[in-house]
Amino acid sequence: MHDMRFNIPLQDINREHFAEQVPDFNLKSDLMQTDRGYKCRITNIVKLTGQEKLFQLRIEDPEERRLFRFLPGQFLMLEVPGYGQVPISISSSTSNHEFIELCIREAGRVTGALFKAAPGAMVSVRGPFGSSFPMHEMSGSNIILVAGGLGIAPLRAPLYWINEHRDRYGKVHLLYGTKEPSQMLFTYQFEEWRKVNHIDLHTIVEQAEPGWDGKTGMITELLQDIDIEASNTYAIVCGPPVMFKFVCNRLDREGIPMNRMFVSLERRMHCGMGKCCRCMVGTTFTCVDGPVFDYWSVINLKEAI
Amino acid sequence: MIYKVIGKDEFTRFTDMLVRANESYGPVQVDTDRNGNPVYQFKRVFSADDIAFDYTTTTSSAKHLMLPYREELSRFSFRNGDWEQDIEYSVEPRVLIGLRPCDISALNILDDVLLNGRFPSPYYLARRRNTFIIGMDHLPLPDCFCKSLNHHTVSKGFNLFCSDIGEHYYLSINSSKAFNYLKEFEISDPTHDDDCRLIERRKLIKQSFQTEVEVTGLPSFLDIEFDSPIWEKWGDKCLNCGTCAMVCPTCYCYNTEERIDTDLEGASRQKQLYSCNLVDFAEVAGGHNFRPGNGDRLKYRYYHHYRGFAENANQQICVGCNRCGRACLADINPKDVINDLRMEKESCMICVSTSRSRT
Repeated sequence: MHDMRFNIPLQDINREHFAEQVPDFNLKSDLMQTDRGYKCRITNIVKLTGQEKLFQLRIEDPEERRLFRFLPGQFLMLEVPGYGQVPISISSSTSNHEFIELCIREAGRVTGALFKAAPGAMVSVRGPFGSSFPMHEMSGSNIILVAGGLGIAPLRAPLYWINEHRDRYGKVHLLYGTKEPSQMLFTYQFEEWRKVNHIDLHTIVEQAEPGWDGKTGMITELLQDIDIEASNTYAIVCGPPVMFKFVCNRLDREGIPMNRMFVSLERRMHCGMGKCCRCMVGTTFTCVDGPVFDYWSVINLKEAI
Repeated sequence: MIYKVIGKDEFTRFTDMLVRANESYGPVQVDTDRNGNPVYQFKRVFSADDIAFDYTTTTSSAKHLMLPYREELSRFSFRNGDWEQDIEYSVEPRVLIGLRPCDISALNILDDVLLNGRFPSPYYLARRRNTFIIGMDHLPLPDCFCKSLNHHTVSKGFNLFCSDIGEHYYLSINSSKAFNYLKEFEISDPTHDDDCRLIERRKLIKQSFQTEVEVTGLPSFLDIEFDSPIWEKWGDKCLNCGTCAMVCPTCYCYNTEERIDTDLEGASRQKQLYSCNLVDFAEVAGGHNFRPGNGDRLKYRYYHHYRGFAENANQQICVGCNRCGRACLADINPKDVINDLRMEKESCMICVSTSRSRT
């Protein structure tokens, strides 16, 4: 009874053109092996605080290294084979084509495995994904960067960008607050940012520890110390969800238009490509439409902050 | 599209040929429910005799043949402190028989999501391309509301569609593959009478709907009612079991998980279908949950189905099959939730208009 004429011919996707090519994540809406990562070697690990480490990665394949180009504010999916994958924002300079730097806090299964790794270990990255801070639109203006806790990690890429094109921007303020002084990240770069790059850096902690001679209080208090020229200022805010509302409302009262305030949101992600729906906020995917949103979009997104 | 007419016995012979030559799936009665009604599912079939052509609806949708509950995305093999990644889009050609218009519409919606996005999914593409779909129309069940969402008919996304016109099936042939196979059988051009019977059949289907859900303007309703107490009310009923998403023909969200092989020589990344009603759906590192309450998660599901997708792709993602309503353990169904939402707003509007007439 089996009639060969009625066999449906197989269309083998594995033999399609894309299946042999290196995925280029900057090329959108082309069929590609979206789950193939770039193989990376961990070249250096810097312990920043008790909880956070800075990982320096180098993509092994030169072709893949060439394809990995990102914009400030974008993130990547870091995979530890056998453990899982996590979304991590890129903390290195966009002009650094040799190494990727990721500031990671130990929080779960994947990051736990990563914290046990030594330099030389092989991991996989997919990306870059997501939207970026509009650095070109900001040129000619003053910028206020507000970071809370680990929120400094996604701000390091725009900060590098500003430092590399310092003449394009006016006054740049960086306001950085953490819970305790010992949790402050990248303290070794503070002097460089202040003196070489002329960034007006203010820090604050919620609870002082012995040896802390700086300010104590909430991060919004730092906004009182700086002169805000509302008509010509952009703001970039990144931190825990509760911080956005306080800082952005304060900036709104100062007169900065909502479409000039940018925030970087955090959500659970499993794909980075708008497929798994885990990062959806109301109607918007944090992974493809975000993670960088202007504050106007954020207040229009229900349950975003 | 080419239209032909085939006798019902001849059609059974045709499906039998196709089923015997290929891996095939069709509606099969698997059980009876507590009221004695048959329970159908899409299962592997080996001859036309296995297929229940007159089935009502299946409990689970045909989505699982495109998006399996569990699917391996990639494999890692470990060697000398290094690893290699392997990805394969392996799938055998399959025949899917007896899909209803709403099921086919659901696949069309999944096509929009998974193939037209910024990162088309090769896993889905492999399955979709290698699936031969035969659709069949049916008279709606009392609780079907696909007409409200305009999915009681379908015009694309299948190879062959059969409309029941009495002694014969009126065939809409949508692929050369299907036409080629049908050439071997006794088919004829539709007569004027056949055309009339088809129109009559369509009218009958349209008039048989007993449930209607008003979805016009629903996106803005949902926006206005974001803080409505009804979400709390329905959320209190919800058991967070995720059944609705499992049986839904269009729910596609997933979870990925990696497992190291027991011999420690490899690992695989697997994807499993998930549900936005499960508690940890939006929980991030550090333990913060963006949707901590039952009501929040239920609301999000309705938002995605009736608002989010309408904004992004200009259509609602729901096809109105009411599988979620039938499967729900807590008796939550879209019709009641949406009507509740509308009633709340409309009763509120009455109070505005009466207060105006008083002044």
